Amino acid sequence: MATMDYVSTTNACKLCKPLGACLAFRGIEGAVPMLHGSQGCATYMRRYIISHFREPMDIASSSLGEKHAVFGGGPNLKQGLKNLITKFGAGMIGVASTCLTETIGDDVPMIIREFRKEMEAEGGPGLPALVSVSTPSYSGTHMEGFHSAVRAVVDQLCTPDSVGEELAGKFVNLLPGFLSPADLRHLKEIVEDFGLGWVMLPDISETLDGPALEDYEKIPAGGTPISAIKGMGQGAATLEFGHTLEGGPTAGRILFERFGVPLHQSGVPIGLRETDAFFQALEKFSGRATPKKHELERGRLVDSYVDGHKYLFGKRAVVYGEEDLVIGLTAFLAEIGVKPVLCASGGRSGKMSSCIERVTAGLLETVPRVEEGADFQKIEDLCEGLAPDLLVGHSKGYRLSKKLGAPLVRVGFPIHDRFGGQRVLHAGYRGAQMLFDSLVNAILEKTQEESPIGYGYM
Amino acid sequence: MSSSASIIFEERKDQIVRKGQGAFDMDCNRESLAGAVSQRACVFCGSRVVLYPIADALHLVHGPIGCAAYTWDIRGALSSGPDLHRLSFSTDLQEKDIIFGGEEKLYRALSELIDRHHPKAAFVYSTCIVGIIGDDLEAVCQRVSKEKGIPVLPVQSEGFKGNKREGYGAACKAMFRLMGTGDISDISPLSINILGDFNLAGEIWIIREYFERMGIQTVANITGDGRVADLQRAHGAALNVVQCSGATMELAKMMQEGFGTPVMRVSYFGVEDMAESLYQIARFFEPKDPGIMERTTELVKTELSELYPKLQEYRRELAGKKAAIYVGGAFKAFSLVKAFRLLGMQVVLVGSQTGTEEDYRELYEITDEGTIIVDDSNPLELSSFLKEKDVDVFVGGVKERPIAYKLGVGFCDHNHERKQPLEGFVGMLNFAREIHSSVMSPVWRFVPRKKAR
Repeated sequence: MATMDYVSTTNACKLCKPLGACLAFRGIEGAVPMLHGSQGCATYMRRYIISHFREPMDIASSSLGEKHAVFGGGPNLKQGLKNLITKFGAGMIGVASTCLTETIGDDVPMIIREFRKEMEAEGGPGLPALVSVSTPSYSGTHMEGFHSAVRAVVDQLCTPDSVGEELAGKFVNLLPGFLSPADLRHLKEIVEDFGLGWVMLPDISETLDGPALEDYEKIPAGGTPISAIKGMGQGAATLEFGHTLEGGPTAGRILFERFGVPLHQSGVPIGLRETDAFFQALEKFSGRATPKKHELERGRLVDSYVDGHKYLFGKRAVVYGEEDLVIGLTAFLAEIGVKPVLCASGGRSGKMSSCIERVTAGLLETVPRVEEGADFQKIEDLCEGLAPDLLVGHSKGYRLSKKLGAPLVRVGFPIHDRFGGQRVLHAGYRGAQMLFDSLVNAILEKTQEESPIGYGYM
Repeated sequence: MSSSASIIFEERKDQIVRKGQGAFDMDCNRESLAGAVSQRACVFCGSRVVLYPIADALHLVHGPIGCAAYTWDIRGALSSGPDLHRLSFSTDLQEKDIIFGGEEKLYRALSELIDRHHPKAAFVYSTCIVGIIGDDLEAVCQRVSKEKGIPVLPVQSEGFKGNKREGYGAACKAMFRLMGTGDISDISPLSINILGDFNLAGEIWIIREYFERMGIQTVANITGDGRVADLQRAHGAALNVVQCSGATMELAKMMQEGFGTPVMRVSYFGVEDMAESLYQIARFFEPKDPGIMERTTELVKTELSELYPKLQEYRRELAGKKAAIYVGGAFKAFSLVKAFRLLGMQVVLVGSQTGTEEDYRELYEITDEGTIIVDDSNPLELSSFLKEKDVDVFVGGVKERPIAYKLGVGFCDHNHERKQPLEGFVGMLNFAREIHSSVMSPVWRFVPRKKAR
């Protein structure tokens, strides 16, 4: 296969770091995400996120102008924080930096410290939690931004003894990464069914998929309560999803190193085997067997794998998107007989290949081609020799899907060209079931449409 | 009113007026307030939206990935031919580029992309960071232009150097550099450039067809379904007709000074403004072609006789309903106010991101008593106004949609993402249909806002 080393990026398969931080902050109760930079960043990201979730997504900005870029953005950041506290009633403000403020050298943690002092000197009401995270968009993707924000929250808010005796050690910390609101609701249900208490960080299940309301909420209800975050150091264990995070300086790592909370890192529970691993961990932590309800769900999933296996066997799939999502999806595709021929991501953890080899062990004869740092130009070029039957990824692959005449099964973020992206379920046995049904139906639909006979039974 | 008073930032008080409460006095075109969730964008955004529809040009965003990713295929600006504009190109600057400078990467990216796509010209957008690290865009562009033999134009659109309007200006400057270079020998004396139409959902094709029926040649679409070669000979047109005043008026002014091209402001939204725009253009060309007025009158008559009976059906059900408008440029708001009036509806809130004092004064003139007029608003304010005025339908862009929907208020997308043409006479009908389909839906009876009543 020809090697193409482009200098430019065409149709990126990644987003910028501050966007991920904003999404993570949105999953904390009472929190307002704020960008320290020029106004456009916040507006672009809001628009991008809104088009997927179809929910309000406020992101405040310090709205730097030319003079601030020269003299520093501190005064604007402070003014912005003050406005968010007094007008928004923010319970927390998550400040993410941008390429502009990183490059002009604004020291956000120091500005926030100064702000605290100034406010205390003024003697107003107590300040809300203020968390800052460094997210220069010229290094890493939105997923690094997301994980950095989660880590910053744990790092800056957790305290050694904030929950009482009766709660300490009686709950698990769940660090799910960036999954859909439907996924998060399902994960909470599973953990509860094991009789476990939990703290999930972040939790966008309500904040980005809320009910119709009579009054517009300044800050949407839901999200991880700050008090719960403070007490995460007293959890019985931490479950952190994402193979590429293993061994890295994550939120779960901080909870382990600083507070001794045992850390259990695993893949995003997508497909049977990765979900089994998650359930095994829950059995261990709860001391209970998997509840009947979930055993049945697993049983039905295996039953459907059997019913549908022939439609999928040997089909060639291209999978793209965030690295840990791609790894999970690849694990799932391999176990249902689909042949992943290309696994691509805009991310560059350097770990995708080895992770994919691990999660597909015993299932694939050859390890699929793995491309880190890929854009859609590269994916498209590679597809020429790969003849894929289907694409699995977010909606930015539609152009390629149309060109190839291969159906696109939409998963992950963003889904801008279909309805209900926030309710796509990927995780758990139930998520695998939904994915499996979607995949089989995508293949059936194509076969049916391309057949001149007009089969009524497929 | 007390409910909304509490959510209005002290600093923003002068950017909101209510018609009938004292004399008109409004502040605008200020920097957005830090910490408010502004609906505004940045300089880059302004440049990008204006130049984006030029379909045979390469649009390369010089900066980290975000700016290119968020503007990939963002507008439904259609092309009748090439669609290079629908791809998203970025130099995707990394940390080492920030430290050592991005010029070399830009040079290599530009060269490889021009070789791959053979564009007729290239626009290179600078982003915030480029302004800080000080890459010499002009020099790189000149070098590549010389090597590749096509115009390569820097667009000075560093995000923080103002707001969207400065971005419009940067885009106009870049386009102006193309003008005066093409052959104009075959251009009719009855000819125009269409400025400020972006061919969303094919709108410019509707308008061009009207001009054709009037006997007028369109030289350049600026910028919907735009082509580099057309821009290069745009100076040969007898008249510039400008819609969306903010975005391209500066270019019209440059052309007036540079080439003596006269300028006319028009609007293709709503029946009144659409017809008046055509008549205005006909009057301009009447000395050269006395038959043009008759052809125009005939055109308007034909279109209206088809449109009116259909509009009446919608009007019957929509009369008395209340509308709110929040759009990018104020000029569009004028037409929308009139369009709602034609449907028998009442506009109770109107605002824009980038209006001028003159714009707001005009809005003040044409709206009813009690109407709220607002500059550079935010979700909190907008939602409180929607509730206070018990609005039935809100017209805005994608950022406004969730505000309306969360409160259970109807919505019409009148921004970049619309898929239905709203310009021209047929556009008025589409507009009425869309307003009708939102206002009359049965779903509102289930939302808490109505249930509580």
